Amino acid sequence: MSTKSFAHRRLLPVLAGGLAVLAVTGCERPPMDAQQTGFRGVALEQVTNPRIQARLAAANVAPDPLPPAAPVPTPASAVYQNLQILGDLPLTEFTRLMAAITAWVAPAPDDCSYCHNLENMASDEKYTKVVARSMLQLTQHSNEAWKSHVAETGVTCYTCHRGNAVPQYVWTTDPGPAQPSRFVATGQNIASPTVAYASLPFDPLTRFLDDDHPISVVSETALPEGYGQDIKHAEWTYGLMMHISDSLGVNCTYCHNSRSFYAWDQSSTARFTAWYAIRHVRDINRNYIWPLNDILPDSRKGPLGDPKRVACVTCHQGVNKPLLGAPMLKDYPALATVTGAKAEPAPAATDAPPAAMIRTEVEAAPTAAAKVSEQAAPQQPVM
Amino acid sequence: MAMLSFERKYRVRGGTLIGGDLFDFWVGPFYVGFFGITTIFFATLGTLLIIYGAAIGPTWNIWQINIAPPDLSYGLGLAPLKEGGLWQVITICAIGAFVSWALRQAEIARKLGMGYHVPVAFSVAVFAYVTLVVIRPVLLGAWGHGFPYGILSHLDWVSNVGYQFLHFHYNPAHMLAITFFFTTTLALSMHGSLILSVTNPRKGEPVKTAEHENTFFRDDVGYSIGALGIHRLGLFLALSAGFWSAVCIVISGPFWTRGWPEWWNWWLNLPIWA
Repeated sequence: MSTKSFAHRRLLPVLAGGLAVLAVTGCERPPMDAQQTGFRGVALEQVTNPRIQARLAAANVAPDPLPPAAPVPTPASAVYQNLQILGDLPLTEFTRLMAAITAWVAPAPDDCSYCHNLENMASDEKYTKVVARSMLQLTQHSNEAWKSHVAETGVTCYTCHRGNAVPQYVWTTDPGPAQPSRFVATGQNIASPTVAYASLPFDPLTRFLDDDHPISVVSETALPEGYGQDIKHAEWTYGLMMHISDSLGVNCTYCHNSRSFYAWDQSSTARFTAWYAIRHVRDINRNYIWPLNDILPDSRKGPLGDPKRVACVTCHQGVNKPLLGAPMLKDYPALATVTGAKAEPAPAATDAPPAAMIRTEVEAAPTAAAKVSEQAAPQQPVM
Repeated sequence: MAMLSFERKYRVRGGTLIGGDLFDFWVGPFYVGFFGITTIFFATLGTLLIIYGAAIGPTWNIWQINIAPPDLSYGLGLAPLKEGGLWQVITICAIGAFVSWALRQAEIARKLGMGYHVPVAFSVAVFAYVTLVVIRPVLLGAWGHGFPYGILSHLDWVSNVGYQFLHFHYNPAHMLAITFFFTTTLALSMHGSLILSVTNPRKGEPVKTAEHENTFFRDDVGYSIGALGIHRLGLFLALSAGFWSAVCIVISGPFWTRGWPEWWNWWLNLPIWA
């Protein structure tokens, strides 16, 4: 038998062509941009595609602020009824904010009537108005109590909503594939976009951004003597980390030095922000969104009857700072601090991690760890 | 140094690629040649520079000695010696030594009148190294993308580069490379155990022949690739492992910046079921 005969010789060009198409369509191309975030040579860096970055930049533009309101001494509550949290605002600032919210959340054709009964603007009969009030409290609370996450840049309604009544990137508990399967449901292996298409558990959000299961999985002893976090837990955590990376458009080394994922003194300062961000999102979901579930119509709920909730991607939408860090809040100071009588539905756990957290001594002490990393900085700068 | 009885037959003049018969001589059992000289030059200089780098570094701990490439800000330019320039010179020395060695192998092959299998095979390993420290850094626009020279530091680099793509096991070329590495070790272990068995018969029995080897594997797995075939297969597996390793790293960054799991969406989006 001759070794040179290939029975389907005519298939070769087709195969070669197919491979070439795959290579071209399945790939990006140089040149790329790169940003170094650690000591030289340890590959702590972000390699980004400027063509993709340009698309992301175009998709994350903040709208121009409305013209400032003429200062008036009259508070809004002197004119309008049932103002539970914004009553102390000057009348003109109040109407300016209402106009802004309409543009951010319910632009034409919805407009004011999306939340208000136009015959009686004070009425709370539409559930959307009750939700909107709660979301205003959420925004104020986020900007006041969670500066550890949102900094002075802060958030506005637009950070999530982007002109949509329901933000585009929200999530509900994922019951998994609907089709019957002979395999036991494992909660993984379906290439979900939630975990950046890996085979990892596809709904880490319920577990970590709703519930507060411990995220750390590294034992502090050489052997995991009785330590409860096994490989399965590591996959849950990996799933959450995939979601964070994908949502922020960064890779693992944005926060971690992978030689030691758990070590705070080898992590970048971005990891401290992320630690608070996870708690912040939990606070939002548990204290501001779940309480609204009873008044939401089914169209605003997931297949399991749970409300559409917030995850990293809801605000970040592919960039490490939502809207590329555009400081929208400074133009709408009414959203910066908590106002109104019953403005504090839940105290923020800004500094203390939940008691259920394992390894609290490490996770609760990012500030101390930051000091250590500053001392170690001359040898191996972290940022 | 005594010469083996048949060795004189192979110590023939000529076949050099460069320098005529200037370095065409042996020192003891070792052929020198022009590329032997350049190998010694580059290897010695590079090693001394590594020792110098360790001397001006913070530690003599063999695990922690680290000769790191320049910051990315130097791009494809030269860096000061203590800020990555040393890495650049050592890289030149390493490539000089590796390429010289391959060319010396080629000269020896010409003297022996055999094919270039050995230098070609070794060149694949050199190609993988050059991919890591030259081709990929050039494609990404900075020498700082090369890996650092240090036992632990280069492992940190490997780990962090992997996590730049969220989950490196989804890199298709990495999958191929790993499969070839595992298969080459499997083939080598099967072949090695077979040869050790037939050449070490039990007391009183003769050394077994190739027919015995073939029979064993035909009994065992239904097929024997043969005494020559196993070496062709081994060469193919080993070179494929090195080649796909080079591919898997050169596509990571220059040709893909996102998580590797996401790359497979072309499969999920095939019009057959999407």
